[in-house]
Amino acid sequence: MKALETIIVLEPGRAERNYWRDLWSYRELFAILAWRDISVRYKQTVIGIAWAVIRPFLTMIVFTIVFGHLAKLPSEGDVPYPILVFAGMLPWFLFSSILSEASASVVGNANLVGKVYFPRLIIPTTAAVVTLVDFAINLVVLLGLILWYGFLPGWRIALLPGFVALAMLASLGPAFLVAALNVKYRDFRYIIPFCVQFGLYVSPVGFSSAIIPDNWRFWYSLNPVVGVIDGFRWCIIGEDSPLYLPGFTLSLVVVALSLWCGITYFRRTERSFADLI
Amino acid sequence: MSEDIVIRVEDLGKKYLIGHQVKRERYTALRDVIPRYAKRIIRNAADLARGRAIIGGEEIEEFWALTNLSFEVKRGEVIGIIGRNGAGKSTLLKILSRITEPSTGRVTIKGRVASLLEVGTGFHPELTGRENIFLNGAILGMTRAETRRKFDDIVAFAEVERFLDTPVKRYSSGMYVRLAFAVAAHLEPEILIVDEVLAVGDAAFQRKCLGKMQDVALGGRTVLFVSHQMAAIQNFCDTGVLLTNGRVTASGAIEDVVRRYMSASTALSQVSLLERGDRGGTGEIRMTEVSFKNGDGNYVQSFTSGGAAIIEIGLGGPRPRVAKNVRIALGVDSDLGQRVLVLSTHLAECDLTELPPDALTISVQVPRLALAPGRYGFTLYCSINGEVADWIKDAGTFEVEAGDFYGSGSLPMTGQGAFLMDHRFEIGSAAVTREKLEQLNSLC
Repeated sequence: MKALETIIVLEPGRAERNYWRDLWSYRELFAILAWRDISVRYKQTVIGIAWAVIRPFLTMIVFTIVFGHLAKLPSEGDVPYPILVFAGMLPWFLFSSILSEASASVVGNANLVGKVYFPRLIIPTTAAVVTLVDFAINLVVLLGLILWYGFLPGWRIALLPGFVALAMLASLGPAFLVAALNVKYRDFRYIIPFCVQFGLYVSPVGFSSAIIPDNWRFWYSLNPVVGVIDGFRWCIIGEDSPLYLPGFTLSLVVVALSLWCGITYFRRTERSFADLI
Repeated sequence: MSEDIVIRVEDLGKKYLIGHQVKRERYTALRDVIPRYAKRIIRNAADLARGRAIIGGEEIEEFWALTNLSFEVKRGEVIGIIGRNGAGKSTLLKILSRITEPSTGRVTIKGRVASLLEVGTGFHPELTGRENIFLNGAILGMTRAETRRKFDDIVAFAEVERFLDTPVKRYSSGMYVRLAFAVAAHLEPEILIVDEVLAVGDAAFQRKCLGKMQDVALGGRTVLFVSHQMAAIQNFCDTGVLLTNGRVTASGAIEDVVRRYMSASTALSQVSLLERGDRGGTGEIRMTEVSFKNGDGNYVQSFTSGGAAIIEIGLGGPRPRVAKNVRIALGVDSDLGQRVLVLSTHLAECDLTELPPDALTISVQVPRLALAPGRYGFTLYCSINGEVADWIKDAGTFEVEAGDFYGSGSLPMTGQGAFLMDHRFEIGSAAVTREKLEQLNSLC
């Protein structure tokens, strides 16, 4: 029993040695915070959970009309344009809502940060998990679209969960970084909505990334969302949307790098959150 | 680390950077504002580049909230941390509960720590009482199984059975505090850190919580306790640590530490008026200082509602002769600057027809202070033969702490009036006559 007794040493600049084990031991708090955010999310709204559907659905209609009908951009193979758009919209909304929710989450939970200890990494991660609920609802909408158009996805759809995880990892990297920076410099509160708005047009949401000129396509994948969206389309649309491997690999590298940067910076600064918040 | 020491603090220090606003000239012209604004942006950008935090104000100063702090806590000890506001108590607790990082030194803690720096941390107004119990339990470090096991006890303790499935935003503030307390009172960590949380809630419930925490302490757990209520500290703790300006100035048996604290604070229980230039009157009498004492004649930092209060005024000035017809008055203002009370020799019918030159003090004695807890300011006034001799506006302030004025253990909630008054209620039927009732009935 004595040997099991935990000994905590607090010193300036001391990185927590058992950080990841500590994180694991707080998993119940993580679950309960996620549950709190989910159950509070649509309280006192009239149409409640329908909000999760309306936003991407309307965006899809607008994009289909603007890019598909007015600009007459090509779809991939004979895939209906709305499905192409929605298959890009799904990961994009997952990415952007994680980025905006998680980056504001630490400041939003200032009362907790100032009064109790727990690994702060829990806060943005919880925010990310909560957005999965909206994502799941949108997945059902996609299913409806697929049935409506009588379009049959292939076996690759089984790999979709892997790409969902990739989308989360891609957004968590920058989200950790911004969440930590936001505590010190509140400018990021204004920067992120702008980035999200901008990113919707820069990323291949309303169009296929196949229309990017070949000599640019590799560098286009520096935007990690390109890899994620391509992956989603590859899963859902299949044959007609082949995966551009060099670009996808580059996106993976960018995701891994940003995740590493985000976690490192977050961990380095999290001990001072309570002083700055 | 020896076997039964559970917390060891060595050379602990905590530094904060604070910014000061430089005094502004009266007129602010746009051409002054723009360069100043530009300068600030440049400085903030430089801070950003170096990864430093942005601090408001033009001048930045280092401030050490704690310096060279060392002490040890043994297993099963109940230790009280005492000190004035700003002495560093809260900073120390924040470091011990791992919320913030020390700047120097080292702390070694053996065992599971739970800290209670605020009641109801993380309570969500939209969630029901039941849901909040689980949420708050998890935040305070209880596992779900633990919370479920203690759930019935918590609900019974808080006395909110009927409202378990109501969102807490519909709770009265009393119910809210009770529920929050109840969760916290059922924490059973090896080391419990408690900040001034007992300052809220009514007296009866406070006693109940203190009792519950006493059980925790008797169970062999270590408790660190911060409070301004010396009675609670003395009751509850075995040993104490006195902090003054971020340093340990006394430690050991609780009685000794409390005594040290009380004697150190007599300096505060006196307000010197010698330096005051902003006073009116002829100056024939000068009021030199004001000190506060309790019913036993001991210097105190604050009064207690329901207790005796003595305000002693020092008298100076060039007084070669006996002064005739002296009146002394003391106006008491609320925190908001509203005059709530005047104490004067005239009202009390003890005008000083003769004040001998060797009279050095005069004291106002209030047998049972009827002011609600809070901070009060006072103005001093003194006249001789109807002519103002000395007049000091806002001469100082004093604090009134919660006390058992009514003998019922309860006081009104904060903000529910500045005064306490003896009163009783009576049921009667004679007050309303039959005719009056019929009249009323016919109107309805």
